[in-house]
Amino acid sequence: MRMPRSLIIGAILSLLVMAGALLSFVWTPYDIEVLDVAGKLQTPSAAHWLGTDHFGRDILSMIMMGARTSIAVALLAVGIGMALGVPLGLWAAARRGSLLDEVIMRGNDLVFAFPSLVIAILITAVFGASAVNAIVAIGIFNIPVFARLTRGAALSLWERDYILAARVAGNSAFRISWEHVLPNLTNLLIVQGTIQFSLGILAEAALSYIGLGAQPPVASWGRMLADAQTLVSIAPHVALVPGLTIVLSVLGLNLMGDGLRDLLDPRIRVARS
Amino acid sequence: MTMSRTLMTASAIALLAGMATAQDSVTVGIQLEPPNLDPTGGAAQAIDSVLYSNVFEGLTRFMADGSVVPGLAESWTISDDGLVYTFSLRAGVTFHDGTTMDAEDVKFSLDRARAEDSTNAQKGLFAGITDVTVVDPLTVQVTLGAPNGMFLFNMAWGDAVIVAPESIADIASNPVGTGAFSFANWVQGDRIELTRNDAYWGEAPALASATFRFIADPTAAFAAVMAEDVDVFVGFPAPENLPQFEADPRFQVLVGNTEGETILAMNNKMEPFDNILVRQAVSLAIDRQAIIDGAMFGLGTPIGTHFAPHNPDYVDLTGNSPYDPDRARALLAEAGFPDGFATTLKLPPPSYARRGGEIIASQLRAIGIEAEISNLEWAQWLEEAFGAKDFGMTIVSHTEPMDIGIYANPDYYFQYDNPAFQQLMTDLNLTTDPAMRSEMLKQAQTIISEDYVNGYLFELAVPTVAKAGLQGLWLNQPTAAVDLTGVSWAG
Amino acid sequence: MIRYVLARFASLILSLIVASLVIFAVIEIIPGDPAAFMLGVNARPDTIAALRTEMGLDASVPARYLSWVTGMMQGDFGQSYTYRTPVAGMIADRVWVSLPLALYALILSTLIAFPAGIYAASRRGRPGDMAVMGATQLGVAIPNFWFAMLLVLVFAINLRWFSAGGFPGWDRGFWGGVKALTLPAIALALPQAAILARVMRSSLLDMLGEDFVRTARAKGLSRRQALWRHALRNAMIPVLTIIGLQFSFLLAGGIIIEQVFFLPGLGRLIFQAISSRDLIVVESVVMLLVFAVIVVNFAVDLAYALVDPRLRTKQ
Repeated sequence: MRMPRSLIIGAILSLLVMAGALLSFVWTPYDIEVLDVAGKLQTPSAAHWLGTDHFGRDILSMIMMGARTSIAVALLAVGIGMALGVPLGLWAAARRGSLLDEVIMRGNDLVFAFPSLVIAILITAVFGASAVNAIVAIGIFNIPVFARLTRGAALSLWERDYILAARVAGNSAFRISWEHVLPNLTNLLIVQGTIQFSLGILAEAALSYIGLGAQPPVASWGRMLADAQTLVSIAPHVALVPGLTIVLSVLGLNLMGDGLRDLLDPRIRVARS
Repeated sequence: MTMSRTLMTASAIALLAGMATAQDSVTVGIQLEPPNLDPTGGAAQAIDSVLYSNVFEGLTRFMADGSVVPGLAESWTISDDGLVYTFSLRAGVTFHDGTTMDAEDVKFSLDRARAEDSTNAQKGLFAGITDVTVVDPLTVQVTLGAPNGMFLFNMAWGDAVIVAPESIADIASNPVGTGAFSFANWVQGDRIELTRNDAYWGEAPALASATFRFIADPTAAFAAVMAEDVDVFVGFPAPENLPQFEADPRFQVLVGNTEGETILAMNNKMEPFDNILVRQAVSLAIDRQAIIDGAMFGLGTPIGTHFAPHNPDYVDLTGNSPYDPDRARALLAEAGFPDGFATTLKLPPPSYARRGGEIIASQLRAIGIEAEISNLEWAQWLEEAFGAKDFGMTIVSHTEPMDIGIYANPDYYFQYDNPAFQQLMTDLNLTTDPAMRSEMLKQAQTIISEDYVNGYLFELAVPTVAKAGLQGLWLNQPTAAVDLTGVSWAG
Repeated sequence: MIRYVLARFASLILSLIVASLVIFAVIEIIPGDPAAFMLGVNARPDTIAALRTEMGLDASVPARYLSWVTGMMQGDFGQSYTYRTPVAGMIADRVWVSLPLALYALILSTLIAFPAGIYAASRRGRPGDMAVMGATQLGVAIPNFWFAMLLVLVFAINLRWFSAGGFPGWDRGFWGGVKALTLPAIALALPQAAILARVMRSSLLDMLGEDFVRTARAKGLSRRQALWRHALRNAMIPVLTIIGLQFSFLLAGGIIIEQVFFLPGLGRLIFQAISSRDLIVVESVVMLLVFAVIVVNFAVDLAYALVDPRLRTKQ
């Protein structure tokens, strides 16, 4: 089967970012916890491939460490969304038409109605700004996405013949959901998961930008952008590099998601909120 | 081609038109918006920035150089025992609503400030007053419980301005004072407009109107000045951009000083900061110049104690805490922490705290102290650090003038409790002789420096960026104020 | 049909009630005493206590909730702690910045997305389609606040075509206000336009494969005629849904953009109110935004039902 071109490009970009993040666990060009104020705002050179920031920290090292933060937050947020959203969706589909179904659907609508950024701000105001709270804030809004997606796909699966056969055979709704419905959703979930992952990276950047994500000395792309704002006319690289990194990472993941969809099942209709 | 030429001509015309009307009005940018317009009812510095000396005046007032001169009180006499101040008020002064300003208004203002249910944030300024008596419409007598060498100085503060009972009801949204400008309009979230008071008792200001615009975000402030949306920005929050303005002939840059001692406060009653060796180690581990360069891009004067360097009584005690990480490590070991320890560093919003905090955390890490940074909003900081004293270290700038007395309050957030120092402060308050006061102030500075109560970082500078033709702006901030009475456009 | 409308309406009321409970509950937990914050670092405990009583912070929780809800239903959103003015007035002032901004961004986004999506659908598989798809991929990946930064750098600081932000007020002239909202609207609109263009394209492509379109083509209509007369109208359904959702997002998502361009809108109000612990303002503004979103969703559902008769009978 021919690999879609989008998948290849997307995979390369995404893997590059992942590689940077993984590499940062063992090595970065410089230690970002050591500040060198005298050497601040240097443009890219042989010593510092992407230059230094306003505290003299090596930007390449900051980007690698920031990749860790973005990936961790986005991944865990997707995890929360799937872990809670998928079961809810399956349950609602299994009990389709019942009060439970109605409650779950209304609950979804309600969460969708809340302006997510405001809720994220409230959460971090109550519980403090940190990467963990950013994960929770973003994760909460992933739950209805997966719930709605799962329910929709599961509903159409419930109509299938072999499911009906299983029901007639007396299998419980739970068992059917687990053994027959869920496995058929895997492709859908992988693709949607990739999309939500990319959205999570954007969300984490936005939260960090307004100061509500990971706190210093943990590096974060969004916070790098916020710090760089007043410097953009003096030392543009400080603002351009993190921004471009975000764009390339999100682009890579989106392309990969589209490519996966084309590869796994072109008939899949993926929800884009 | 024609399109862009038209565009250019149009913008040139607009620019000229803009310039033509700018000659007697000014748009001032400041970071914070006042929450209300009553300088005697709340603590926000922003209220004074807009209204002090423009709309409201007190018995005495601050000038640009920090000196205290007569305000609404033309002259005064002090009794020999230092307890009775008799103020002679200026004649013919009216409030903006037309009512006359007289001794009744002074009594009203002072009594209101010191009342049981007063919400005046600086109630302590009035605590020593035992009685205010109206002698005649232009004479008022204030009696103190004990002599206070700072009384006239205190009456110059923004919290002590004179207000009128006729207009007190909605002062928070419609301030009525005696100043050279009267309040015109407040578009909340955006701007406040003032217009010249033609019935002003003193010399008429050159400006016919003024607009204050509130721009908190440093990038937005930079953009606003560059785009000439404001004529002057007082307290420009992004010192990194100053070189650009200095190189641009359209602008002038003024860097003045403030009364803001920026300190790394340590919780003296919390382990291990209750040990003087630990506090000394912290003081030696920090490199002031790196903090000034990294956080404030070079703006700020290093200090070795809690006192303003531009004050004649200042003692340079920076030598007590030079940058010496090796000695700092040795001191920590001697104190019983050879491997260092972990603590919290809570930071309020200003960039001197946020940036300075990151730099300090890195410097402390080098000697083994792990400081966990928490970036807090002001409300949280007030609750956690200032109120509940739940912090290891924090960074804040104390902008009230002559506030070394806070070290005599054992309940103040850093909880320094030294009876000898407290006695010194009590004695100081009762002393009016300048030579003796000077001696005592120097002694006070030395005590808190040698006790390493806090890490003394630098005196906050105030950068002002203005259009080249603007004159008469205050260079320094002896009190929070943007005094427009002496401001004019050149040529 | 009536049943459908009534059912959706009941659901709307329920959502509003639950939302108000959740909002009130969350905000009650936020630490920070508004009175202490207002009075500042040097204030004394007795003055703080006086202010607390004056502001009614000592009443019980259920009493405060009920008075808040009943007040809102009468149009009284309470009094702001920090500004001491009615919240309704503050919201009204700022709505006239946030709402036009959202509409402006919506119009821009639609103006860009529709032609782009239709063009891409009509040129499916060919370079034109790939170019549009590539551009939308990029548009979706750009963080709007970073894009705003770049816009300010180029158009405000360097070219000086626009001011870097701020809002002169509608009373100073309609076009002045529009000009001030232009860069913010562009920053908001671009990522949304990208999403909308893709939805437009995929929705059209789906339609083009449908039976009724094949029938139209069999009848002899050209591809373009089939596109315009039949496919487009039916493709509008999911597109309308997305527009409805986008509007809600734009209204609330302008928070960051308002910060970047220092616009006195609802978003900035929320930020300032949270920073100063002005609980009543936070509660009321969040409630208002949620209300707007729920109502818009309801309207979209109704429009859906009107347009698609299949929805009225089946649940």
